[in-house]
Amino acid sequence: MHVGLEHYLLVSAALFALGLLGVILRRNLLVLYMGLELMLNAANLALVAFSRFQNNIQGQVMVFFIITVAAAEVSVGLALIVALYRKRQTAHVEDLTSLKF
Amino acid sequence: MTDLLFIVFAGLALLCGFLTVANPFTRSPVASALFLVLTMVWLSGLFVLLHAFFIAAVQILVYAGAVMVLFLFVIMMLDLREEERRQWNRFGVAAGLIAVAGLLGITVLTVVRSGISGETEATLEGTTPLLGTALFTQYLLPFEIVSVVLLVAMVGVILLSKRELK
Repeated sequence: MHVGLEHYLLVSAALFALGLLGVILRRNLLVLYMGLELMLNAANLALVAFSRFQNNIQGQVMVFFIITVAAAEVSVGLALIVALYRKRQTAHVEDLTSLKF
Repeated sequence: MTDLLFIVFAGLALLCGFLTVANPFTRSPVASALFLVLTMVWLSGLFVLLHAFFIAAVQILVYAGAVMVLFLFVIMMLDLREEERRQWNRFGVAAGLIAVAGLLGITVLTVVRSGISGETEATLEGTTPLLGTALFTQYLLPFEIVSVVLLVAMVGVILLSKRELK
């Protein structure tokens, strides 16, 4: 077996599906966030693989920006979760239904 | 050799990713966070196999280092117990599983049928100087904008974590 682009893409698809599964199945806000991180990383893997096999550096530039924005997003999201926990004493999505119509 | 390493890294990354989202032994958020760190480490191994050395280093430094430490700090601060077992909405879980399986199936089918399986020539080499040149010439403006994004995020986090908002 010679490892090519499609193997990396299949691994990336599987990781993305695992992250989505975490977002759908888990009920803890923090673990839900970890699922989001997993999905971002799966996208990064696909971009780096394309960059290597298509001889194009722009995929890696994109990954660099994704990592930076993801770090900013995580810090803001975790601050929101902490503020929410202070007010409601819970990090469980089923208890946070005040916006439910 | 690289093929063997690919199988090892990809298998371990998928295993740790699975243990992050659906650990059959524990539902503690700390276990999820630590398995996510392991997933990041194996992914950075895959980046090394793709000759993206700078991205691999940044993955370890930023993700496994900074972001996951932030996660663990917040878990510690909130003093989260094990996720309680509540009555699961069976219909919702089944619908979620079907949706994820459908998405995975569509992606895999697209990859398999797209005809890129012949593309096994890995051509990009010496990526770190190339990446630096691209970042500071063609992508200089996005690079600066991203630094402003980080500054705004920092201000936002400080504002959000004040005890009472005024």
